[in-house]
Amino acid sequence: MSTQKKRVPAIEGWFVADGTVALLGSQCTSCRSYFFPKESFFCRNPACQGTEFEEVPLSRRGTLWSYTNNAYPPPAPYVAPDPFVPYIVAAVELGTEKMVVLGQVVKGFEIADLRVGMEMELELDTLFEDAENEYLVWKWRPVGTRGGA
Amino acid sequence: MQKDVAILGVAMHPWGKWGRNFVEYGVHAANEALADAGLEWKDVELITGGETIRNGYPGFVSGASFAQALGWTGAPVMSSYGACASGTQAIATARAHILAGLCDVALVVGADAAPKGFFAPAGGERKDDPDWLRFRLLGATNPIYFGLYARRRMDVHGATTKDFARVKVKNSRHGLENPKARYKKAVTEEEILASPIVSDPLHLLEICATSDGGAALVLASMEYARKRTTDPVKIKAVSTVTPTYPNAVIEMPNFATDSAYAVPVPTTPFKDSIAKAAYEQAGLGPEDMSMAEVYDLSTALELDWYENIGLCKQGDAEKILNDGDTTIGGRVPVNPSGGLACFGEAIPAQAIAQVCELTWQLRGQAKGRQIENARAGITANQGLFGHGSSVIVAK
Repeated sequence: MSTQKKRVPAIEGWFVADGTVALLGSQCTSCRSYFFPKESFFCRNPACQGTEFEEVPLSRRGTLWSYTNNAYPPPAPYVAPDPFVPYIVAAVELGTEKMVVLGQVVKGFEIADLRVGMEMELELDTLFEDAENEYLVWKWRPVGTRGGA
Repeated sequence: MQKDVAILGVAMHPWGKWGRNFVEYGVHAANEALADAGLEWKDVELITGGETIRNGYPGFVSGASFAQALGWTGAPVMSSYGACASGTQAIATARAHILAGLCDVALVVGADAAPKGFFAPAGGERKDDPDWLRFRLLGATNPIYFGLYARRRMDVHGATTKDFARVKVKNSRHGLENPKARYKKAVTEEEILASPIVSDPLHLLEICATSDGGAALVLASMEYARKRTTDPVKIKAVSTVTPTYPNAVIEMPNFATDSAYAVPVPTTPFKDSIAKAAYEQAGLGPEDMSMAEVYDLSTALELDWYENIGLCKQGDAEKILNDGDTTIGGRVPVNPSGGLACFGEAIPAQAIAQVCELTWQLRGQAKGRQIENARAGITANQGLFGHGSSVIVAK
């Protein structure tokens, strides 16, 4: 019998999950450039002197820029399950924001299931758990697929 | 050319896993480079060190660590960190001092004692450090980034795992007789493809190891050099460029690229701009290069570099590899030293080691791997957090 663990974000302020999950970026109020993770004090566009930013949810979908996997457990501070299960990491290009964002791919997919240019969407999933909590993070899933682990 | 700096001495401590202090490797290389130059430590007017961040405080102040170990002489010191580009930062500092007339002779040293296995971030919980966060939230090791680039070459340019394996086959043969190399064994395509996958499509034998090693250069003004030698090898260019916003390629240790929403991507992407800046400084082009030493952190990454340094156009790297252009005896051999495939990476020493190899080639001292009639060569490398690194060396 497992007791219900508390579901908490693995990192505060990087994504919002209310039904669906979206990454939280920031947008410069002067030049409208997007940033992820959020920029807060000075715009990184060298032609802009902006210091004000709005927090904005980024596109939940994008196209696959590339993908690979971890066949071996990464070192700490990654919390790897034992036994380790290989997982895929994807780089996905957001159309509106014109930026590429990394994320793990939800379980249940193989490298052979993926192809550069595929449509991907965000999903909330468990990164790791300890005795009390389940730590949540954003992950990518090929659009139109279901299930997995 | 007033912007030339002479390379009077070069040396490397052999790469390996020796289990000793990094300072020892650096001092060994420094003394040999001084002997190669026919100079003594007391003749050195500036020492510049490439830093290592995995060897405690002495690593952060590496220039001073080497100077103290060699014996304090009062020589000014500079230490620089630029991740994998640290060695080039140390070269750039020494060269700038010489060109500015602030000194005539400078000693450049980089050395590392590396941990086993994956590079992990420095310890502690640091939620504002992208290098810590990429491991915490993604488990994004360095091979993850290499795997992303490799897979993209396959899906976009039609590269195959056999193409990638052939890079390693080539480099393993190049390094067979290099006395400084750690791995001196010819490997076959079959052995490479049979080794375990680390980050698909890359196999264990396609990803560079971490090594102990040390490398040193003695640089001098041309005026000083001419009093001692008739025909020194020269540094023609040093590029330490950063990216231009927006950098549209995902790079270690970032979670995301810059956004091209408000500003279009630059016409020259970052990795292309590294060599371009060096060519412009030198007044030379890719067609003038007899050889190149590039950072083959993975096999596929070497192919990216062929295009980034202008040896071929985008998408043609596999072709020039398979045609033998980049093998010793070909049009423009790449990694005649054996590259990282035969060395493993000793971070702050590696960019300096690249220059050592080009110098030996230009002097005709690259026994067992000599490129005939070598006139000029380029190094290329990139350090995480936006450090470009390229040096052009010529007769």
